[in-house]
Amino acid sequence: MPLLTVENLKTSFHTRDGIVKAVDSVSFSIERGETLGIVGESGSGKSVTCYSLLGLIPQPPGKIESGTAIFDGTDLLQDSSTELRSIRGKRISMIFQDPMTSLNPYLRVSDQLIEPLIIHEKISRKEALQKAIASLNEVGIQDASKRIHFYPHEFSGGMRQRVMIAMALITRPELLIADEPTTALDVTVQAQILELIKKLQKEHNMAVIFITHDLGVVAGLCDRVQVMYAGRIVESSHTPNIYYNTRHPYTESLQKSIPSLQPKGKNLFTIPGLPPDLSKIMEGCPFAPRCPQVVEKCHQTPIALQPVADDHYSACLRVQNSEILT
Amino acid sequence: MAEKILELENVKTHFPVYSGFILKHQTGTVKAVDGVNLHLEKGEALGLVGESGCGKSTLARSITQLIPPTDGVIQFKDKTLNDLSSEQLKKVRTDLQMIFQDPYASLNPRMTVFDTLAEPLIAHNRTKRKNTSQEVSTLMEKVGLSPRLMRKYPHEFSGGQRQRIAIARALALNPSIIVADEPVSALDVSIQAQILNLLSKLRKEFDLSIIFIAHDLSVVKHISDRIAVMYLGKIVEIGDAIDIIENPRHPYTQALVSAIPVPDPEREKARKRTVLLGDPPSPINPPSGCSFHPRCLYATEECAKITPALAPTGKNHSAACIRIDEIGNPSAP
Repeated sequence: MPLLTVENLKTSFHTRDGIVKAVDSVSFSIERGETLGIVGESGSGKSVTCYSLLGLIPQPPGKIESGTAIFDGTDLLQDSSTELRSIRGKRISMIFQDPMTSLNPYLRVSDQLIEPLIIHEKISRKEALQKAIASLNEVGIQDASKRIHFYPHEFSGGMRQRVMIAMALITRPELLIADEPTTALDVTVQAQILELIKKLQKEHNMAVIFITHDLGVVAGLCDRVQVMYAGRIVESSHTPNIYYNTRHPYTESLQKSIPSLQPKGKNLFTIPGLPPDLSKIMEGCPFAPRCPQVVEKCHQTPIALQPVADDHYSACLRVQNSEILT
Repeated sequence: MAEKILELENVKTHFPVYSGFILKHQTGTVKAVDGVNLHLEKGEALGLVGESGCGKSTLARSITQLIPPTDGVIQFKDKTLNDLSSEQLKKVRTDLQMIFQDPYASLNPRMTVFDTLAEPLIAHNRTKRKNTSQEVSTLMEKVGLSPRLMRKYPHEFSGGQRQRIAIARALALNPSIIVADEPVSALDVSIQAQILNLLSKLRKEFDLSIIFIAHDLSVVKHISDRIAVMYLGKIVEIGDAIDIIENPRHPYTQALVSAIPVPDPEREKARKRTVLLGDPPSPINPPSGCSFHPRCLYATEECAKITPALAPTGKNHSAACIRIDEIGNPSAP
């Protein structure tokens, strides 16, 4: 049985300019110890999906319209906030994109690290501090017993992200949600942090949802990948399938536009146009206006994620009808 | 050999560090740019790569004299930029333009696209009032924006479109050099490709020389003829773009190349990655000798003593490392 099953999640924001459907009918599941990559451009709904699961969407203006998210028998979307609180921060943890703003600058790192332990495990400050030092050591911060008393500004960006990881893992969560944890970091530091997440995941047999816009990061890290566009999942499969047997024109275009895959000197492949305005009602496929393979019916027929091969799902109408391969 | 359009000689930009409140005194110097020699040929695109804090943005700002360098000579065409008066500098700046990283911050939110693009034209008397609107339309078309959007404000545009406006503003006075400071790092992959293509197209059209700054080697590779790698205020390796990526000689460049994630699961698995330890050291108090030695896999005692200079290692290729011959190129097939 999967650790987390999300069914038909719909989250929208009620703004002055209309209802923005940020996440529209998203369903997925993740097993224990598995790494799931969620890839998409900004505004594709990848972060909102995960924020919805943890009840981090400000309501209003946000609203979870429908859906269930069963985490080990309990529905995260229906639970009272008291019950949610015993899961969130203990059994499910999250790392955010920007380590500069996600730590409290007024509190020493030690206070922030032991907070989840004191809330969830009811142990003494002293014990908690010991555990916190151990977890800082685990994420590779040298001299942890001294540096734990530093303030966040005394750490560099990469070090702060390590502190965030230590904080997220201190309660030994079963699921870690990492929202673009390396986007704000340099390539060299990104490599360090990715290796660290991989190592710790293996040690704790933890499930990881890794949100990113970088197909390169996903390739080395994730077991499964789902690609999101305009609030929907457009393709989902095992990692190699996404790269070698692409079954959706958007995924293909996205790969083609990565500079490192293209020979130098040639013009880069680009996807024409811009992502759609999510407050407008779309009848057909949201990618249709930018799609190189578009035909008339794409604009009218509503899309749904359907199996197109063994353990491979695509939301492209033409792929489902076997008219095109990608 | 092509004509040199810009030449930097031993350029240093240092910032004083003060401490104390009543008895304020200087306690140190941040050597953001520390002895850079560089030249740019006409029509060439030079990529400048390095981690955050290595001084690449300061170097860009020093070249455009937004932060005047504390030492060294910047020769632009037949002028030495350091000793120009602000009046003369204003004239030179028409020929030397800059694009900034964050298109959300570099455009004035209270000016319409028309105001933004017309300002340089009016300030330098390049246009007659009745022609301004026509010239702004031409500019917008050049960067792929519809002139219908002329009266709109920056917040009405997406990130990619704003960067196009910033590019149009830089092109307004028909410069010969554009210094682009991380122009695509704030953009999504698909938009990144559009902007890179636009820059390559404009480069040919306007016969531009470009200094392209980025932290992402794969982006730089695409647009540059040559690449210079910076570490802690110094250039540690410079050479032809393909050569730097495929045959990096300096251990730091090798680590940078190996840190790029490859969007290919098989190759990603097979690859052996050299993960650098630690963070870049503080430029206030850089390590002795080669400033990279505390993080270097090949460092010896020698490295802490000798400050390496850029030395040729091949055709059009120089690196600053004393052990280059012993190290070779571990990433070579």
